[in-house]
Amino acid sequence: MTALPDRTERSLGLVIDLDTCVGCQACVTACKGWNDRDTGTGAGRLSDQDPYGADPSGTFLNRVHSYEILPEAGPAMVVNFPRSCLHCRDAPCVTVCPTGASHKRAGDGIVLVSEDACIGCGLCAWACPYGARELDAAHGVMKKCTLCEDRIDNPALAEEDRIPACVRTCPTGARHFGDLADPGSAVSRLVADRGGIDLMPDLGTRPVNKYLPPRAKDRPMEAAPLAPLLDVQATGIAGWLDRLLGRL
Amino acid sequence: MAADGSGGAPEVRKTTCYMCACRCGIDVHLRDGRVTLIEGNRDHPVNRGVLCGKGAAGLMQVTSPARLRAPLLRVGERGEGMFREISWDEALDIASGWLAPLRATSPEKFAFFTGRDQSQSFTGWWAQMFGTPNWAAHGGFCSVNMAAAGIMTVGSAFWEFGAPDWDNCGIFLLFGVAEDHDSNPIKLGLGRLKARGVRVVSVNPIRTGYSAVADDWLGITPGTDGLLVLALVHCLLEAGKIDLDFLARFTNGPHLVGPDGLILKNAESQPFVIDRRTGMPAPWDGPGVEPDLGAVHDGCRTVFAHLAERYLTPGHAPEAVAERCGIPASRIRALAAELARVAFDRPLVVEQPWVDFRGDRHDRMVGRPVAIHAMRGISAHANGFQTARALHLLQALLGAVETPGSWRMEAPYPKPMEAHPTPHAVAVPGRPLSGPHLGFVRGPDQLAVDAEGRALRIDKAFTWENPFSAHGLMHMVISNAHAGDPYRIDTLMLYMANMAWNSSMNSAEVMRMLTDRGEDGEYRIPHLIVADAYASETVAFADLVLPDTTYLERHDAISLLDRPISEPDAAADAIRWPVVEPGRDVRPFQSVLLDLGVRMGLPGMTQADGAAVFADYADYIQRHERRPGVGPLMGFRGTDGAAVGRGAPNPGQLAAYAANGGFFQAHVPADARYMKPWNRAYQDWAVEMSFFDSPQPFLIALWSDPLRRFQMAAEGTGWHQPPDHLRPQLRRAMDPLPVWYPAGDADEAFPLHALTQRPMAMYHSWGSQNAWLRQIHGHNTLFLPTAVWDAEGFAEGDLGRVTSASGSIVVPVAHMAALNPQTVWTWNAIGKRAGAWGLAPDAPEATRGFLLNTLIHELLPPRGDGYRWANSDPVTGQAAWFDLRVRVERVAPGTPAGPVGPAQAAVPAAGGGRA
Repeated sequence: MTALPDRTERSLGLVIDLDTCVGCQACVTACKGWNDRDTGTGAGRLSDQDPYGADPSGTFLNRVHSYEILPEAGPAMVVNFPRSCLHCRDAPCVTVCPTGASHKRAGDGIVLVSEDACIGCGLCAWACPYGARELDAAHGVMKKCTLCEDRIDNPALAEEDRIPACVRTCPTGARHFGDLADPGSAVSRLVADRGGIDLMPDLGTRPVNKYLPPRAKDRPMEAAPLAPLLDVQATGIAGWLDRLLGRL
Repeated sequence: MAADGSGGAPEVRKTTCYMCACRCGIDVHLRDGRVTLIEGNRDHPVNRGVLCGKGAAGLMQVTSPARLRAPLLRVGERGEGMFREISWDEALDIASGWLAPLRATSPEKFAFFTGRDQSQSFTGWWAQMFGTPNWAAHGGFCSVNMAAAGIMTVGSAFWEFGAPDWDNCGIFLLFGVAEDHDSNPIKLGLGRLKARGVRVVSVNPIRTGYSAVADDWLGITPGTDGLLVLALVHCLLEAGKIDLDFLARFTNGPHLVGPDGLILKNAESQPFVIDRRTGMPAPWDGPGVEPDLGAVHDGCRTVFAHLAERYLTPGHAPEAVAERCGIPASRIRALAAELARVAFDRPLVVEQPWVDFRGDRHDRMVGRPVAIHAMRGISAHANGFQTARALHLLQALLGAVETPGSWRMEAPYPKPMEAHPTPHAVAVPGRPLSGPHLGFVRGPDQLAVDAEGRALRIDKAFTWENPFSAHGLMHMVISNAHAGDPYRIDTLMLYMANMAWNSSMNSAEVMRMLTDRGEDGEYRIPHLIVADAYASETVAFADLVLPDTTYLERHDAISLLDRPISEPDAAADAIRWPVVEPGRDVRPFQSVLLDLGVRMGLPGMTQADGAAVFADYADYIQRHERRPGVGPLMGFRGTDGAAVGRGAPNPGQLAAYAANGGFFQAHVPADARYMKPWNRAYQDWAVEMSFFDSPQPFLIALWSDPLRRFQMAAEGTGWHQPPDHLRPQLRRAMDPLPVWYPAGDADEAFPLHALTQRPMAMYHSWGSQNAWLRQIHGHNTLFLPTAVWDAEGFAEGDLGRVTSASGSIVVPVAHMAALNPQTVWTWNAIGKRAGAWGLAPDAPEATRGFLLNTLIHELLPPRGDGYRWANSDPVTGQAAWFDLRVRVERVAPGTPAGPVGPAQAAVPAAGGGRA
């Protein structure tokens, strides 16, 4: 019902390193903080319901989950998995939108919701296979990751701060931002080097965001086994000391 | 456009975070005097711009409905939470009315203990001026094992006073670790290791967080870390893969052990070595001396020979410990080989000439790029002190202490035990205490006991039960005061410590003790003053509440006099300053203490005419001098603000800090960056900076004489003798070489270890009032390993009854495979008492959350010998939280989770908060 652009000039997105993410939730609250900040214009904001009560809930554009993986051999693993909009090239949340509120920008490929056109019907959240959209209970409109579009082109911010809030705050440096349509960009090279993957590629959504898979864990050590200096039970400590200190 | 992207006037104020103990720099964005956004300060040495999940959510902490709004006086029964609001004058009159008579007659009847205190050099000084021996902060139930073992062995400690050489290490070995402490430096460091492809090895019963991203996870059985470490030591010794030059020059390995087990001294009472050049005795610090690790002198062998003999025994071999550790011997041997490979096949050489304390010049700095870090996971066991000693021994054998690529110290450390004070504990009516409360005893003659052997301190620190309790034992204060053992006190003042809840073992019993009355009908602890910013569980038990400001509303000094924010390459300290107005009738507690001190005429803060020396805490920060020219802050000293470390007070100092981003750094000179304990350039710089007044070079104490002196006493030597029942534990735990013994009492009825860990997005109990953080962690479950899950037939959504020797609770459970098979665990301090923290009584924290504290007793179960033994480390008194043993059984579906306690009335608080 809403058309996707035929192509975008750039494909801005995130590369998230699952080998490095410790699940600290920094990106979650930094995102909430930036996108909820009081700008004095009344715009934006992410509401919370029953914040001090029995069933607190609120709107977050990014959430982190932890999953266990049981390899065929070796100990169980834990993977921390940040989840937010993947800014898909074939975004079903856009094509399903009856009003044109949900759209993908032709210039940079960011998927956005025009709140003044959103009727809160929820179809886009239903269509998104990643659960990356949340209907704000107070404002009645759909909220989603904007890649901090009000940061990345914001001339009031220092150049180094024109990145999404989640990327700026990530303490382990597990989150990377850039143009994934440019094969020479740092994020594209990272994806190539580390075998970055699409989330659920068989759905045909063609996500822009990429995940770097966890490296193999609990591999054999590189070093050869240590050889005893001598049979210390036979020589005693004195013999061992002599050998060690080069006096034999 | 403003820096927050809004159209308003731009304003960013730079101060220091307080959402955990990490102390990151923050950019606080404001509009119309209200905080709108908190971001990390890119220039700050701790966090370099990043923040954790808690830091950004600080926004919700300054508007928490649980903020106290005025001084409170109890009107109901203690613990009900019934108060009336009173004026500050009335509050301070009441407090000084209780305290002044105590100072005049028996200062020890006032006890003052602090929890999240980041102004310990100030609160300790205040208590010293009052004259009570009963002051300490919370280290006794936090990580004193790490601190004491580190200072006594390597003159520094993991965590706040040491850091891995993130940029140069070739392997990183991580033990335990609380993921909320030093959190952003560790996360930044892990990110750098990942980017460089450096192997990260985690030793931890639970694979979450940092352990989840580790390349290797050794899911160790709790309390056996020392066994594992000594097995690594065994392997390295067996193969001769140790740094002989480092050991000979920079440790007491070449010192000689006398027949009494003390290090041999010469006529000047100095230890000596045998010089390899001459075969003759020579001063340990003599120029050109080449100490002989293998010497024998008058039949006495070296420390090195003794330690080799001990750890080469088959009992320390991986095959002998594997089952107890829960780690295959092959993995232990492989790890030892990898440590040796990185240390010796890939030495990291820094082409930087330097001169050591002997005056010997070295052309370069040779590093062993093995970095080790550890924290509470090994610390909170009854063998934690010796386990930390074992880790430092491992580091020393590898030459991986303060060498390039290894583990580095942070100012004001290195600082050997010998440069620390001894404890002072003799109260004299009307007089200040004669010296600092806390320190290190060197032998039994310095214990804080009277002629009859009775403890001088209410927490029984520095007694035969725990001689090296360098941080005090806050967790014992309430039970000792309740029992009147060693004596009764009149007034207990608690600052930012949730002792009626998650910071006490046995919380329910502590609540009973606080409300218990004696035969005279009076409360056994007659007066309880609580200072806090928020309506915690403990506030409900106060007789008098002194409401504090939040961290964005007050001045603080993060000082080199206690716990600064130094990095290995720079000494650094920082401030907080009021970036917003409180708008409530609350006052910064440090300023309240000064006011209270003046009302009592305490020296140091009261002039001869009774007027105040300091207008408030900010004034104290700028003008107090601990020694001439040395105050709480190192930067911008002197009348022109240009002096560093030493200099006259500067009335513009706080403004200069604020303008500098809230912190100050003094960079370590290039030739002083490594080898700090032995490096003349560092020692001279440290004196210039005021860390000490004369150079303090020292050797790593592989063998500890102070420990041996207590062991000798236990064997019957000396004038000062322990009670007989303590002799066996002293003989075992006061071993002069690192030793492992089982932590806690094994009991077949309780086959599982139970641990807590703190989520990275929640700090103690403070996070639950935070509208954002409680959506991330609003309740907790007990995680069970696969074997337990299957054996009991658990299914998702089930409840489990978890039982220890001292209690039983029914809790929600969940399965976790990435877990040591003998371990269960849950998140710490999520469970809340209904009615506390400004939360609705039916909040999930109160209805589904739980504390394992309920199952932990400060005493071990009776052993049938007539004594009750402390659940703590016998060296330091560290609370052995992680020695808890339990069993878990499935209970019928539908059985409600156990309540975490009766509801308390809502304490009058600010209200409001997140809409």
